[in-house]
Amino acid sequence: MERGEAMREEQLLEMIDRYLNGDMSAEECAKFEALRNKDASINEKLAEHKNFTGLLKQYSERLDLENRLNAIHNEIDVHTLKEDLMAHPSLIVQLWRNHHSKISVAASIAIFAILCTLYFTGDLTNKDPRFMELKREVGKLKQSTENLNRSQNNLLHDIKSDKRFANPGNFRGTGFALSSNGYIITNYHVVNGADSVYVQNADGESFHTKVIYTEPQYDVAILEINDSTFKNLGTIPYSFKKAKSDLGEDVYTLGYPGDDIKFGPGALTASSGFRGDTTEYEVYIPVNPGNSGGPLLDERGNIIGVINGKQTQTSGAAFAVKSNYLLKAIQNIPADSLSKSFNLNTKNTLAGLTRPQQIKKMRNYVFMVKVYNQ
Amino acid sequence: MNKQIDLQIPADSEVIIGILNNSDSVLKRLYLAYFPMVLQLILNNNGNEDDAKDVYQEAIIVLYNKVKRGDFELSSKLKTYIYSICRRLWLKRLKQLNRYGGDIKDFQEYLPVEDEIEKHQDRDMQLNKMENALKLLGEPCKTIMEDFYMHSKSMQEICERFGYTNADNAKTQKYKCLQRLKKLFFQQ
Repeated sequence: MERGEAMREEQLLEMIDRYLNGDMSAEECAKFEALRNKDASINEKLAEHKNFTGLLKQYSERLDLENRLNAIHNEIDVHTLKEDLMAHPSLIVQLWRNHHSKISVAASIAIFAILCTLYFTGDLTNKDPRFMELKREVGKLKQSTENLNRSQNNLLHDIKSDKRFANPGNFRGTGFALSSNGYIITNYHVVNGADSVYVQNADGESFHTKVIYTEPQYDVAILEINDSTFKNLGTIPYSFKKAKSDLGEDVYTLGYPGDDIKFGPGALTASSGFRGDTTEYEVYIPVNPGNSGGPLLDERGNIIGVINGKQTQTSGAAFAVKSNYLLKAIQNIPADSLSKSFNLNTKNTLAGLTRPQQIKKMRNYVFMVKVYNQ
Repeated sequence: MNKQIDLQIPADSEVIIGILNNSDSVLKRLYLAYFPMVLQLILNNNGNEDDAKDVYQEAIIVLYNKVKRGDFELSSKLKTYIYSICRRLWLKRLKQLNRYGGDIKDFQEYLPVEDEIEKHQDRDMQLNKMENALKLLGEPCKTIMEDFYMHSKSMQEICERFGYTNADNAKTQKYKCLQRLKKLFFQQ
């Protein structure tokens, strides 16, 4: 039975092969098609066989095509072509192409490490250790608790006696009057970050001030005395020099490195300041912390600059912001920051006087700047 | 040398007609025209010239079959089509080899060809199964199958080749061989 079926199947497939190959005569073909129409299973068998042998045919075609392609490929000089294509990128470019992700990671780590090092060594801040700003830090840490106690006492005291407290402030600098109605110039670095700023005159009177304008790039700050006890200063004896001063000129400064006003004589030694900064003069004047913001005057009593720092490695070299930058800063003050008229003095009454007479006249216009902050 | 190849680049329509007509010369010109492009793609993306050859030939086969089936529409440039197929095939290969770094350096614009690659690789798998089945079949069955079904030789020729005196014996042998081949094929 089984054998018979196998026989039938074999015959059927043989017929299908002949049919598909077109080997049948017209008569056989018609007979076979009639059979197909009658018996669905024969149709199925045909489709299945056609599919499978079709795959064999496709495989044959694939092999044939592959052989043709290989033959063509063998005619190509792949080596030369490769050289041509790869000739352009250099070794470095190739290294980059193959390893760019690794290189990127390594580079980021290196940059991060450098930044960390710079940050912790302090090289990232703009402060150059060779340059020292001359504001005076007055025993800040030691005094902080003391100040708390004292300010509390002072407050109590104030209420009773209506007298001003004489807290020395956290920082000190020097400033000088720009106009008789209480505009004062000092260094930006003296008042930077201040909670409140007082100025104290040569007689020891303190006045509350307001910082109305700063120009950090020239290290300049303008204060306005807004204290009810403040009286007009009277005509300013000095004027501001617009032109550049010459090397070798005798110059001097007044300032408050200590509690009393101090005279500092010297000479103009260079027309550019720290690291060639053209906004500053270099002067040979003994200055100390506290001198910052003090006036730099020439022999005739013209203001030619504002003392703002000294070089730590060269003893005696100090720097002063040139007066024309002060004037520039003054011009830049927005009009609505000014509550009073601001008239810059242009008449110099010091010119003919001797140095001690000049200083005597000047001292009322130079102030100690006291800065309070947390 | 580059210039020469450039001059030989056949027009796209010429290639289609050439493939339909089984033209050897067109196939050769097609192959030579775009191989440098694919070589450049593969070399610059972690491959070597042998990888380039494999990928390129597979792409040509995809194109060839598509044209033969009659469903190739010339909606884009042939160059772009070939580049896209190669790019896709190489990406797949790189992923299989775990050499894929997350990006591929492109030299051309490309088309989405995922579906076609999918279809092609299904068919390719069937053909590979057939190849394996034929390898396992052994002689004389393998040659009989190849001669009759692949090379379209007549039973007469096969009888002569194997010295069968009786044509019915040859037919029985062919039937038995086919049954074994099917068994080997479907066993995989």
